[in-house]
Amino acid sequence: MEVINGLNLKDTELRLGLPGAQEEQQQEVSCVRSNNKRKNNDSKEESALPPAKTQIVGWPPVRSNRKNNNNKNVSYVKVSMDGAPYLRKIDLKMYKNYPELLKALENMFKFTVGEYSEREGYKGSGFVPTYEDKDGDWMLVGDVPWDMFSSSCQKLRIMKGSEVPPAL
Amino acid sequence: MNYFPDEVIEHVFDFVASHKDRNSISLVCKSWHKIERFSRKNVFIGNCYAINPERLIGRFPCLKSLTLKGKPHFADFNLVPHEWGGFVLPWIEALARSRVGLEELRLKRMVVTDESLELLSRSFANFKSLVLVSCEGFTTDGLASIAANCRQLRELDLQENEIDDHRGQWLNCFPDSCTTLISLNFACLKGETNVAALERLVARSPNLKSLKLNRAVPLDALARLMTCAPQLVDLGVGSYENEPDPESFVKLMTAIEKCISLRSLSGFLEVAPLCLPAFYPICQNLISLNLSYAAEIQGNHLIKLIQLCKRLQRLWILDSIGDKGLAVVAATCKELQELRVFPSDVHGEEDNNAAVTEVGLVAISAGCPKLHSILYFCKQMTNAALIAVAKNCPNFIRFRLCILEPHKPDHITSQSLDEGFGAIVQACKGLRRLSVSGLLTDQVFLYIGMYAEQLEMLSIAFAGDTDKGMLYVLNGCKKMRKLEIRDSPFGNAALLADVGRYETMRSLWMSSCEVTLGGCKRLAQNSPRLNVEIINENENNRMEQNEEDEREKVDKLYLYRTMVGTRKDAPPYVRIL
Repeated sequence: MEVINGLNLKDTELRLGLPGAQEEQQQEVSCVRSNNKRKNNDSKEESALPPAKTQIVGWPPVRSNRKNNNNKNVSYVKVSMDGAPYLRKIDLKMYKNYPELLKALENMFKFTVGEYSEREGYKGSGFVPTYEDKDGDWMLVGDVPWDMFSSSCQKLRIMKGSEVPPAL
Repeated sequence: MNYFPDEVIEHVFDFVASHKDRNSISLVCKSWHKIERFSRKNVFIGNCYAINPERLIGRFPCLKSLTLKGKPHFADFNLVPHEWGGFVLPWIEALARSRVGLEELRLKRMVVTDESLELLSRSFANFKSLVLVSCEGFTTDGLASIAANCRQLRELDLQENEIDDHRGQWLNCFPDSCTTLISLNFACLKGETNVAALERLVARSPNLKSLKLNRAVPLDALARLMTCAPQLVDLGVGSYENEPDPESFVKLMTAIEKCISLRSLSGFLEVAPLCLPAFYPICQNLISLNLSYAAEIQGNHLIKLIQLCKRLQRLWILDSIGDKGLAVVAATCKELQELRVFPSDVHGEEDNNAAVTEVGLVAISAGCPKLHSILYFCKQMTNAALIAVAKNCPNFIRFRLCILEPHKPDHITSQSLDEGFGAIVQACKGLRRLSVSGLLTDQVFLYIGMYAEQLEMLSIAFAGDTDKGMLYVLNGCKKMRKLEIRDSPFGNAALLADVGRYETMRSLWMSSCEVTLGGCKRLAQNSPRLNVEIINENENNRMEQNEEDEREKVDKLYLYRTMVGTRKDAPPYVRIL
């Protein structure tokens, strides 16, 4: 198969060797070529774009521990709520403070969190947001400054009132 | 053979290790079936719901080693809900009740509880080896039971599990009399480790060959551990964060230099790149290197390290190595058999010029003649590259290519990648596992059905145009065991064309496809030996049975052959037809 779909293979020949001027030229050529293609096939490219930008569940097929390990710009953590069959994921980097986060959680799981006080935690609704930190400990959401929380939070769990241990 | 006494036949069978072969042997005649049954030591069960513990024990009462797999593969990517199933407790209970002499248990994607681990640790006096891969449901308390009660423990290998770390003293629970450890892997634990207890444990384990630490074990402890265990063959380095002072660095180097048996290196979860040179002395001995969690190391540091690893057979790396780095791998690692390149920028946030492309893939294929397994994440691909790869490497057994953007065409010609993948399956006659991606039409499946005669596992995502695609595969790939499909336009016609086919396979997964409830019901109707599971996305949408619309598309379908009918442990949102 020397010619595929009318394309002479030499045009797209990939050369091995040390990185150098020649290779860079090649790259430039292919960039230009694909730019041209992009102009011609505008609609095709556009229709291909949206799926990549919206987050698709389970895509790309990479285990969660890898995803969180690597990505510095996003910080996805699992969120579970006692009684719900599905866990959810949220990107902590999308929120700037606790009220924003709590509001998002309330919307996601259709519940309301109670009044937070430093002394007594959350009172009033029976739902308590907790998180697992880098050391593996389960902590109450809201005690530490937001930045400290968002960099150490590994997982979120919304506990139902009856399940909350007195220590929290 | 009928003239030989049973003991002789049994002795001959001892030389037959593979499960497939032993299964074949047992089909020859009644007498062989019986002898094989009682002499079988290792049993592998690819789907824990295909059989039940009672029947397992009934047939193989003398088993010593059991491997069980639970959830389907796509559970790794959060496509299977919490609590779907795969509980190991009933198996351990049954084995304990029947006094099976269990010595080894290997579990993958199963739910393991502290209760199960406790029971396991107390029920089998000769228990030697526990390997848990991608499991969940337990805590370090469960590990403490294993440590405390398994007097003969040789291997505790925890790979990528979700473990609640209670920061207890599980390492302290290994009694002083425990000196038999050969392999200890706790890399996936998130919490603090009692380093002193670990050092004492390692010091009294002269047979320790494999040690994989978690994040929490710092550099100076690493130096001490390696000094204690120069016989190590396999090392997983934990945290490497702080820039060490020159004295600590020298201590580390000295310790590493003595580990002349070291063949496999992994970990580097948090790395100060300047510490890597400490490992240069042993690089020439390495056959396996896993730096896929080392997000902090940049390409040029990786390259310096890899240039020294001339005997490498297995390399797992992040795409930060770049095409340049892969060219170095191709030039250096002539013994390379398996390569995995993982994405460091998973959501395509950065315009990353350093990531890998089709150029790196072609370079590897040209430079590494022994390459047979590849997993490659990249942002772009071309047919020409795949054709070149197929030509360079006709020996692929596993070929998994994941182009990050779904439906992405050949970035130079804008065509689909049918021809490229077609070239792969045509050239690689021994291909057993394939994952496809990018823009693909039914044509690629025609090629797969035509050429991929040995294919056992196929993963399809965002591909194909019509039912024909799936039909080509089902009709053509006679050895197919696991087929998993997501977000592809295959529907009832394909699903129902050959219902009997599914009994020759382990399982079929279809999610976000075109199959309907009616189609699944028809499938389940005359198939007593198949479990057809419908997993319902939204618990609020579940209608009463008499209201349901058979034309409604099914979110997730998971079907598998079974000899024991419907399982009783499914959660409410899993419906078994």
